[in-house]
Amino acid sequence: MFAYIVRRMFQSVIVLLVVGLVAFSMFRFVGDPIDNMLGQERTQADIERLRTELGLDQPFPVQYFKFLQGAVQGNFGVSYRQGRPVSTIIAERAPATLELAFVSGFLAITLGIALGVFTAIRRQGVAANVIMTISLIGVSLPTFLIGILLIYIFSVELDLLPSFGRGETVKIGNWSTGFLTASGLKALILPAITLGLYQMTLIMRLVRSEMLEVMRADYVRFARARGLSDRVINFRHALKNTLVPVITITGLQLGSIIAFAIITETVFQWPGVGLLFINAIQFVDIPVMAAYLMLISVMFVTINLIVDLLYYAIDPRLRVDARAT
Amino acid sequence: MSLLTINDLTVEFPTRRQLFTAVDHVDLSVEPGEIHGLVGESGAGKSTIGAAIMGLLDRPGRIASGTIKLSGDEISGLDTEAMRGLRGKKISMIFQDPLTSLNPLFTVREQLVETIQAHLGGSDAEVNKRARDLIDRVGIPDPDTRLDQYPHQFSGGMRQRVVIALALCTEPDVIIADEPTTALDVSVQAQILDLIKELATERQVGVILITHDMGVIADTTDKVTVMYAGKVVETGPTAQVMGQPSHEYTKSLIAAVPRPTLKLHRFPQISYGGRETRFAIDDMARHWPKVDNDTTKPVFEIRNLTKKFLQRKGLLPWDRTYFTAVDDVSFDIRAGEVFGVVGESGSGKSTVARMIAGLYPVDGGTITFEGQVVSDLTNRAALDAYRKNIQMIFQDPYSSLNPRMRVDDIVAEPIRHHKLMEGSDVKRRVDELLDQVGLGHEAGLKYPHEFSGGQRQRISIARALATQPRFLICDEPTSALDVSIQAQILNILKDLQEHLGLTLLFISHDLPVVRQMCDRVAVMKQGKVVELQETNDLFANPQTDYASELLRLMPRLDDLSTEGLSAEL
Repeated sequence: MFAYIVRRMFQSVIVLLVVGLVAFSMFRFVGDPIDNMLGQERTQADIERLRTELGLDQPFPVQYFKFLQGAVQGNFGVSYRQGRPVSTIIAERAPATLELAFVSGFLAITLGIALGVFTAIRRQGVAANVIMTISLIGVSLPTFLIGILLIYIFSVELDLLPSFGRGETVKIGNWSTGFLTASGLKALILPAITLGLYQMTLIMRLVRSEMLEVMRADYVRFARARGLSDRVINFRHALKNTLVPVITITGLQLGSIIAFAIITETVFQWPGVGLLFINAIQFVDIPVMAAYLMLISVMFVTINLIVDLLYYAIDPRLRVDARAT
Repeated sequence: MSLLTINDLTVEFPTRRQLFTAVDHVDLSVEPGEIHGLVGESGAGKSTIGAAIMGLLDRPGRIASGTIKLSGDEISGLDTEAMRGLRGKKISMIFQDPLTSLNPLFTVREQLVETIQAHLGGSDAEVNKRARDLIDRVGIPDPDTRLDQYPHQFSGGMRQRVVIALALCTEPDVIIADEPTTALDVSVQAQILDLIKELATERQVGVILITHDMGVIADTTDKVTVMYAGKVVETGPTAQVMGQPSHEYTKSLIAAVPRPTLKLHRFPQISYGGRETRFAIDDMARHWPKVDNDTTKPVFEIRNLTKKFLQRKGLLPWDRTYFTAVDDVSFDIRAGEVFGVVGESGSGKSTVARMIAGLYPVDGGTITFEGQVVSDLTNRAALDAYRKNIQMIFQDPYSSLNPRMRVDDIVAEPIRHHKLMEGSDVKRRVDELLDQVGLGHEAGLKYPHEFSGGQRQRISIARALATQPRFLICDEPTSALDVSIQAQILNILKDLQEHLGLTLLFISHDLPVVRQMCDRVAVMKQGKVVELQETNDLFANPQTDYASELLRLMPRLDDLSTEGLSAEL
């Protein structure tokens, strides 16, 4: 087990290195940061000087290597635009994104699984069919459109919820949270639904089809033949077997909740790292982009590691194999 | 009063097009302690009766008429709640496949305890003691450790014992065993059947044993009911029905069972119901290239063949462990013979076949085909030329045909691959083959799912013959088929050997079938060939303990009627 985790960590590091390499090779195509940094009266000498100062005259593998050197020590450089350390900027922005991602992920998983089980058990029922039809909308509408629709209905027409921003936040240490104020919580509702809706419908449809598959399995028939109650069969025997494949997809989806937060944050002007990234692209703020991409890949890799460990917790077949190896 | 009485039971499945009557006015009764066999081919309605008794008919099936009574009380009309109370408590069920009938994510203890608690309740200590006693009773050694293990840690036979323990949890009156040993090896099958017999006598449980295997019926049951197309055709004490069958269908069914003691030239085919399909061997022989089989020379010389599978992966060579599936195996296959390989599952028989077919690379030893070493061929052209001569027929006719391909494409694929013909010639050849195997060329326009198991195996045969091979590898070609269909397929294979001069490698775990088909037999155990003899000698006079043990466990069919059979002279 321990050897397994170490091996996975090792693989994760390689993944991160490759992501960084690809990112750095792309930065050459997003534009020249110097253009934005110097004013109209720049001279060629100024440009050359700044280029050398920032190390942009060097080939990208060298730039990448320098970035890594700094990153290992927790130093992601200084933002070209804001002139402040990138780590500080991200630390300020991260709580907003993480809180949003957590709420929408939580909604997506709990509602997704609950509705998936419901629609699988009451396959013929009216309610289940209505839910399935509505879920098609969730799967097919793009995130930004859902966001705009929600703003139109709940903010513009009904004037119930705020259309942008985080509301009031409370600072606990370095962490600014919106969970503790009424306006913060209200501000969370629309973005969280927008961000989580697609994942929720996806999880729900996945749980449903897996559950229907499992309900046909021999061990479920045998459980029925043993006279167990429907509740035990559905929630003990069937659901647990359903979860094994569902976890894989869910893990990947949670990663993309954080990644897709960019769009939602833009629509709702949510002051998180996604919005930060969009702004960084406009100004070719390479240190911020690099740090953001690394952050996202670290999260993906971590979530996948957790997913793999969850397999072990759920499926005893893997546990025994792991012990044997 | 009988324990379980079924009166005039009819089960219908309404479909969009028509009403399908799966069980048609069936009467059946079971006494305490009696094992009642229910035999018939697939689709005869045997399992549907079991499901009807349990109240577990698949939708949209329904009991259209008749009654099912348990100890005199009618249970066929009970509501869902009342039925659940009976299920597992008064009536239990054992399913065919022990690999899939236990939930893989729960320990044996958890599954036993939940069942006992659902019906009997009691304190944790009592329930756990009961679970332990049951596991002990069904003959699982070291019950205390085994209880906390998961199903995948048990072998097939042991799992079926767990399933039986689960069925016994609450002292049921009736157990329905639906093909309980079909998925098991012969030796394990014998043990499980013995256990069921013991338990029936000891606990005075009535057992309904559903099977298509006449050997199991003859060995195990007290009474037997023969079914055909949803109807009971004959019922009575086993010895009488098996020994002097009175109905035509029973007679033909019994006649199609391969006998371990009697070698027939051809299998009598079940003529009842008029489903016999012609196989045009003469037609085929006319177009087949003439082969002169020099029977003194071997086609294949297998020397010291070894195959290891990686069991544990590792970056470093000394971290890896291997499982030796085939261990230093040597034999010759003579031209024109049917060479049998028998053994239990996991003995390496299929691995040998796959290495000969070039599907697995060889880890050690050599395979020589007609004087040419083929085990180390890497040259694409040479390999293709070799493979053209070798074709394979697989066990499962359901998964060995691509469901998305039309039958004519399936049969044409090897012709196209080897570039034997082009254009309209291919289609003519495919039509010819489909006609010859008895499906008719119009079958080419359909997809595999439109055919029954036996018909699919004919498609496999047509595909295998498409390249006009010299050598056929048959890996358990009939173990998924009913006896009557098995008889047809085996007859076809015999024809191919006799009339086309094909050499056959015939792999099977079914000894009576091997006896009928093979000229010589190799017995494999744990990757090694432990005995190799002429078939008749092996059956008359086995040289090793393992072979005699296998023969001893083979169902004895001495009681079966031999009407309509003529021994080979």
